[in-house]
Amino acid sequence: MYKILHKETLSDVTKLMVIAAPEAARKAQAGQFIIVRVDERGERIPLTVADHDREAGTVTIVFQEVGKTTMHLGTLEQGDELATFTGPLGHPTEIEDYGTVICVGGGTSIAIIFPIARALKEAGNTIISIIGARNKELLFWEDKMQTVSDELIVCTDDGSYGRKALVTEPLKELLEQHDGEISRVWAIGPAIMMKFCAKTTRPFGVKTIVSLNTIMIDGTGMCGGCRVQLTDGAKFVCVDGPEFDAHQVDWDLLLARQRFYLEEEKQAVERWQHKCQLGVD
Amino acid sequence: MAELSNRERLQIPRQTMPTQEPLARRTNFDEVALGFTLELAQQEAERCLQCAKPHCVEGCPVGVLIPEFILALRQGDIEGAVRAMKEKNNLPAICGRVCPQETQCEAKCVLAKKGEPVAIGRLERFVGDYELERHVCPLERTTPTGKQVAVVGSGPAGLTCAVDLGRLGHEVMIFESLHKPGGVLVYGIPEFRLPKRVVNGEIDYAAECLGIKMHPDAVIGRLYTIDELLNEQEFDAVFLGTGAGLPSFLRIPGINYNAVLSANEFLTRVNLMKGYLFPEYDTPVKVGQRVAVIGAGNVAMDSARCSLRLQALHAQETGEVHIVYRRSPVEVPARAEEVHHAEEEGVIFDFLTNPVEIYGDESDNVCGMRCIRMELGEPDESGRRRPIPIEGSEFDMDVDMVIMALGTRPNPLVFNEAGGLERTKWGTVVADEETGRATKARVWAGGDVVTGAATVISAMGAGKRAAADIDRFLRGEINPW
Repeated sequence: MYKILHKETLSDVTKLMVIAAPEAARKAQAGQFIIVRVDERGERIPLTVADHDREAGTVTIVFQEVGKTTMHLGTLEQGDELATFTGPLGHPTEIEDYGTVICVGGGTSIAIIFPIARALKEAGNTIISIIGARNKELLFWEDKMQTVSDELIVCTDDGSYGRKALVTEPLKELLEQHDGEISRVWAIGPAIMMKFCAKTTRPFGVKTIVSLNTIMIDGTGMCGGCRVQLTDGAKFVCVDGPEFDAHQVDWDLLLARQRFYLEEEKQAVERWQHKCQLGVD
Repeated sequence: MAELSNRERLQIPRQTMPTQEPLARRTNFDEVALGFTLELAQQEAERCLQCAKPHCVEGCPVGVLIPEFILALRQGDIEGAVRAMKEKNNLPAICGRVCPQETQCEAKCVLAKKGEPVAIGRLERFVGDYELERHVCPLERTTPTGKQVAVVGSGPAGLTCAVDLGRLGHEVMIFESLHKPGGVLVYGIPEFRLPKRVVNGEIDYAAECLGIKMHPDAVIGRLYTIDELLNEQEFDAVFLGTGAGLPSFLRIPGINYNAVLSANEFLTRVNLMKGYLFPEYDTPVKVGQRVAVIGAGNVAMDSARCSLRLQALHAQETGEVHIVYRRSPVEVPARAEEVHHAEEEGVIFDFLTNPVEIYGDESDNVCGMRCIRMELGEPDESGRRRPIPIEGSEFDMDVDMVIMALGTRPNPLVFNEAGGLERTKWGTVVADEETGRATKARVWAGGDVVTGAATVISAMGAGKRAAADIDRFLRGEINPW
């Protein structure tokens, strides 16, 4: 069992938890993920490592309450325990001094892009960051991103904070302004956002890295449920990724695969909300 | 009962295993084979001729004292039968259910020459279940040696090795990547063939008796490397029993559509995650109305039979499940009993049929599969006749789910930063067959990670032989490196 040492509310539906996991903390690096299971009847879901503290023996996760499991997780409090916390899994982000890089974080994934931007900054890169969310309420960590960015652009879809734009708009402008100067782009967020970031950077020929969050069970290459089609063949997100070259990903197939259990997810959420209303469980 | 003559023993028919009726059982996940009663077990035990040179024992990879346990059983000394059994077999309730006895001990039984062999497997299960319920013969540790062994993987090989090392007085910690111990016994083999209470019961009982520590959620290769286990974590020896967990997919167009899945994923959802109890359990599992399972091994039979049951649970009365196999019935690698059970339950077998393409609809869900008929040619390197496509024989199958049960390979994750550990081109660990010694000092390996996908009992045999060799090494009797 893995104890929740600290819980923070980043927005109504976005929560941060610091988990006591000294063994995982020894090894965790930016870009890797953890498989989490809430309780004995729970499903296994992958969550990207948002931070780690080797001395304190903790790993931090950030999640958005979108399905039954994340809603359930969100009801847990400091002192509660998780049934499973397996990791770190997957390959860490390849951190080098590339020169000038753009880091894009959308919604909950701002928590994921932050440690990557920080590591890239420490490696000597010039960091231009773009963070975005649907509205002001869903934005967080502007201050933290500021500390690791040489330039930071904040936008919301509805214009309730920062610039009214999708992240792809400033991304395109930056690539135009700095034509030939950007060595790499990291774009992490919902699949649809990553798809359009890939589309935006492709004409500029700038290598773009995305972190894929697919359906998976074991996280070690055993089930193959996470497979993704790249131009050079099928890969497993859990052991070959989770970071991939965005220009190689078959995005439409990825989006279709994410929708496979939509009906069951809806059923599970309805059941969970009904239970919560009744005040049981 | 008066002692019978051999002639009288030969008159007794092989006792039939009580089972759930096919039509009833295809609607539930309860165990199919219900087990012998004491009367049936003793009647069956009377059939054993107590050969002076028992060939059955030669057929057993772990050398179970078969005549001894059967004799005790028929004399009414069930505790004695348990003791005889546990001399060699640490997990009899599991082996009694999943060993392919028909090709091992029972194939060597002298009665098999003229009729039906003694039902050794069913008797083993009876004895194992008796012990599981009553705990009359706890495993005992010899004097502690103070040596520590890391066993990586808690499937049949790892468990057997761990238990034997524990009995020999060593401190054992088992590292398991999933949240529950048992490996393929919990994620692969379904409840109706091997109830999880049996697996958990055997493991908990043995671990408790011997003080074996269990570390779930530990992916070796990531959390610790093999070198770290040996050096930083100060284990004196490491045994790798990580199995063959990586699925294979056919290399044909359309394999990434929704509802094309590996048998590993399908079975893990059903068994480990209890997806058949969704939404009581959180992990969903879908089943098509017309499912094609590609392959004809035990994993394929398990997938097909789980599909039938899910169709019944999801109330799809028009459901159909096909086994699609490119060779003929003769080459089917699954156990005869599994094939028989699948047929009884209504699985449709399409032999000499090979998929060439999977079709997807506008939502990228499976909506059909193109196949080609095959014929058998000359024997290939496996000794089986090579299937050859019949030109122009392509046809379309109306399916909405495809499960690939095409064999598995070892997971390379465990080999991260394990310098000096040699592997074959198939990704299996190079290890001595008799001792399990790998090419890296203080590392042993056994089971599917060495042989590629094989049986539970052969993995147990390898775990046992490695434990004996590790023991000799830890006692300073040998130093092979």
